[in-house]
Amino acid sequence: MQLDAHIPAGPLAEKWDRHRFELKLVSPANKRKFTILVVGTGLAGGSAAASLAELGYNVKNFCIQDSPRRAHSIAAQGGINAAKNYPNDGDSIWRLFYDTIKGGDFRAREANVYRLAQVSNNIIDQCVAQGVPFAREYGGLLANRSFGGAQVSRTFYARGQTGQQLLLGAYGALSRQIAAGRVEMFTRREMLDLIVVDGQARGILVRNLITGEMERYAGDAVVLASGGYGNVFFLSTNAMNSNVTAAYRAYKRGALFANPCFTQIHPTCIPVHGTYQSKLTLMSESLRNDGRVWVPKKPGDKRPPNEIPESERDYFLERKYPSFGNLVPRDVASRATKEQCDMGKGVGETGRAVYLDFADAIRRDGRDVIEKKYGNLFEMYEKITAENPYETPMRIYPAIHYTMGGLWVDYNLMSTIAGLFVLGEANFSDHGANRLGASALMQGLADGYFIIPYTIGGYLADSSRQAVSTDHPAFAEAEKRVGEQVDKLLKIDGHRSVDDFHRHLGLIMWDYCGMSRNDEGLQKARGMVRELRAEFWENVRVPGRGEEFNQSLERAGRVADFLEFAELMIVDALTRRESCGGHFNEAFQTEEHEALRDDEHFAHVAAWEYTGDQSEPQRHIEPLVFENVHLAQRSYK
Amino acid sequence: MTRTIDLTLKVWRQKTADARGGFETLHATNISTDMSFLEMLDVVNDQLTLDGKEPIAFDSDCREGICGQCGAVVNGHPHGHQKGTTLCQLHMRHFNNGDTIVIEPFRARAFKLVRDLVIDRGALDGIIQAGGYISVNAGGAPDANTIPVSQEKADLAMDAAACIGCGACVAACPNASAMLFVSAKVSHLALLPQGKPEAARRALAMVRRMDELCFGNCSNERECEAECPKEISIVNIARLNREFIKAGFFSAVR
Repeated sequence: MQLDAHIPAGPLAEKWDRHRFELKLVSPANKRKFTILVVGTGLAGGSAAASLAELGYNVKNFCIQDSPRRAHSIAAQGGINAAKNYPNDGDSIWRLFYDTIKGGDFRAREANVYRLAQVSNNIIDQCVAQGVPFAREYGGLLANRSFGGAQVSRTFYARGQTGQQLLLGAYGALSRQIAAGRVEMFTRREMLDLIVVDGQARGILVRNLITGEMERYAGDAVVLASGGYGNVFFLSTNAMNSNVTAAYRAYKRGALFANPCFTQIHPTCIPVHGTYQSKLTLMSESLRNDGRVWVPKKPGDKRPPNEIPESERDYFLERKYPSFGNLVPRDVASRATKEQCDMGKGVGETGRAVYLDFADAIRRDGRDVIEKKYGNLFEMYEKITAENPYETPMRIYPAIHYTMGGLWVDYNLMSTIAGLFVLGEANFSDHGANRLGASALMQGLADGYFIIPYTIGGYLADSSRQAVSTDHPAFAEAEKRVGEQVDKLLKIDGHRSVDDFHRHLGLIMWDYCGMSRNDEGLQKARGMVRELRAEFWENVRVPGRGEEFNQSLERAGRVADFLEFAELMIVDALTRRESCGGHFNEAFQTEEHEALRDDEHFAHVAAWEYTGDQSEPQRHIEPLVFENVHLAQRSYK
Repeated sequence: MTRTIDLTLKVWRQKTADARGGFETLHATNISTDMSFLEMLDVVNDQLTLDGKEPIAFDSDCREGICGQCGAVVNGHPHGHQKGTTLCQLHMRHFNNGDTIVIEPFRARAFKLVRDLVIDRGALDGIIQAGGYISVNAGGAPDANTIPVSQEKADLAMDAAACIGCGACVAACPNASAMLFVSAKVSHLALLPQGKPEAARRALAMVRRMDELCFGNCSNERECEAECPKEISIVNIARLNREFIKAGFFSAVR
């Protein structure tokens, strides 16, 4: 299969403008004849559904939660990037583009990333117009702060809850379209299959989570914005309901899955403290603006932090990366943290933590200023750990946070299935092998507000479709397939709970396909995942029935998919014979233990094709062409 | 310090909206005090599953106190007794060995029960759909710095916008009123210059919809403020009343 990203010709800065002109348009009168199914109501899905409805399309929007306002974008804390250059500190579209490409360790498409930087400014304008209460300076203008991987302040924020406020903006826009009758909203629905007719995405099969009934929806195009797959690790900063199922089942229907091994470990999370733990909590990257990361110089030093004198502390990020200091990108900070803990310098009960210390910032700026910036985060930390971070340093450790991999899409955000568009974290497109902080919100909203409204029109105007109703045999087949799986899960009646399997899978993935990987471990993990999957189908216990509200059954379906998807991640990690960004294979590192890329052989996207349950997935590549940036060893020294 | 405690739970069990519900007594043993309340329920559910019983249905998603999906009445308090805390952020260190904990769903006429502790809060979405937004389409917005907003106004708007839409205020109110919820959205938008053009229409439409959806009236009980996990102030209700009266008397909107 030849992967064509359909990148427009011409100079980088003119590609998007030119493409928007070249895309065919759908006239206002014809838009209402098209039905678009949007799965997900996060920043990408919610903004897409609202924007498409504003244009006049009929939109059906689906979410797994009880309200579209609860999608996991809501938990994003720190901020959203834009190249506004309000602080006059040297920012530009080009710099945001360059930082993002470099931050992604040169594994993203130039054209996509440049477009992202271009529309970043429109996003801020749009959100302010919607009433998003961004932080402001005394003069009434918007405030900015710094984030990792950049030397300019380009991050807009609403306290420590920027994702919440941006999502509520999109939810407001969506609510307005629901009231106008242009969006039909379906809550507590889970997409369980994609309907493909004549090679085109024409519908979805969803389970109504309240009644357990299967429901069929047909449309002219499907927009998938179902988020990332971080919960394959069980413990992650993702929400409990975040899952890979919608994306994975689209993969099984023929969409290629790109770079599944690119997973992001966020350096500053509250450390794991017990086997019963259900999730990990992030402490925003913005804290690294003022917090200093350190460990005791002496391994095994068990003194309380305030008894360790300045001279016996190692501020290892500041020491190793003097020009970026504590604000190095996430992958770099995470690995450096792990390295310190591996040397026995970790702190806390488990020794798997480092300090994030605000004492200097509080001395310098006063407690009030720090409280204003990070109050809600400090409160959250205290609730979970029963320690007061104003007085004693936070203890933090890396955790799974985001997945750069996702369904492969072209420049129009269309997958390898015609009419299936994939937005936000669910696609692979803009972050390469590592995402910079405050860029996920930017990408989700860019995709939904400013890209899909143009590119979907181009597709609909440029292609022909036959009428497909929900009586089409493809729906009946999908319903039969999904129904059989549900029945099978309920009949096993084994001895282990769904969560028990999920937790077990998470441990395997964290140990062997997490922050640091090697061939031997990956091979071993592959065997372990296969064994666990086989056991799952013989020994899982799913109580209750299919035709009712049944949370165990919901989770069982998701874990079944994770158990398959995990193997795809491992295979992808094994075949990428280099280290880059979030993918660190110990065999490929510099003398200073930084990731060592192989640009000659691996400057490409790996996109996997499903070939059947019993056969190996097939690897396709999309070469990455860099015409505007020079590929360099990433340095944050 | 981590310790473990044993608890007796009295949990509301109800299979469907129409079925008859009742309290079931369950035992939670060996519960680490570092667990969150929902992790304690996870442990109980795992045991119920292995014992061949049906686990307790309860909602949660982010488990960071921001999505608003979780919530139950614990010993008479929505989200439990800890102030300014969602149920997912309530930790077991705030309970004692041997405690009996009564767990019920949020109850209000406008919230239909789905199963056990799970409820349908779609009515809150309905109120927002009546006007809890600023009517701007994507594209065409002026530069973000065109209109300065004083820091004080932006902060007050943010205080109100912090509402997570969990419905605890409704569950806490003896009248099952959604006034705190409505006032938070009306305040957030009325405080900002961008929200001014629609302020009158918004206040009237949202209050009207609240009434239509069977929420009760506000009689200044202040239970909502006391139980709100995000500590939204009832000053917002005063602001809503002002906006509502202004709209009724001085605007052309009806």
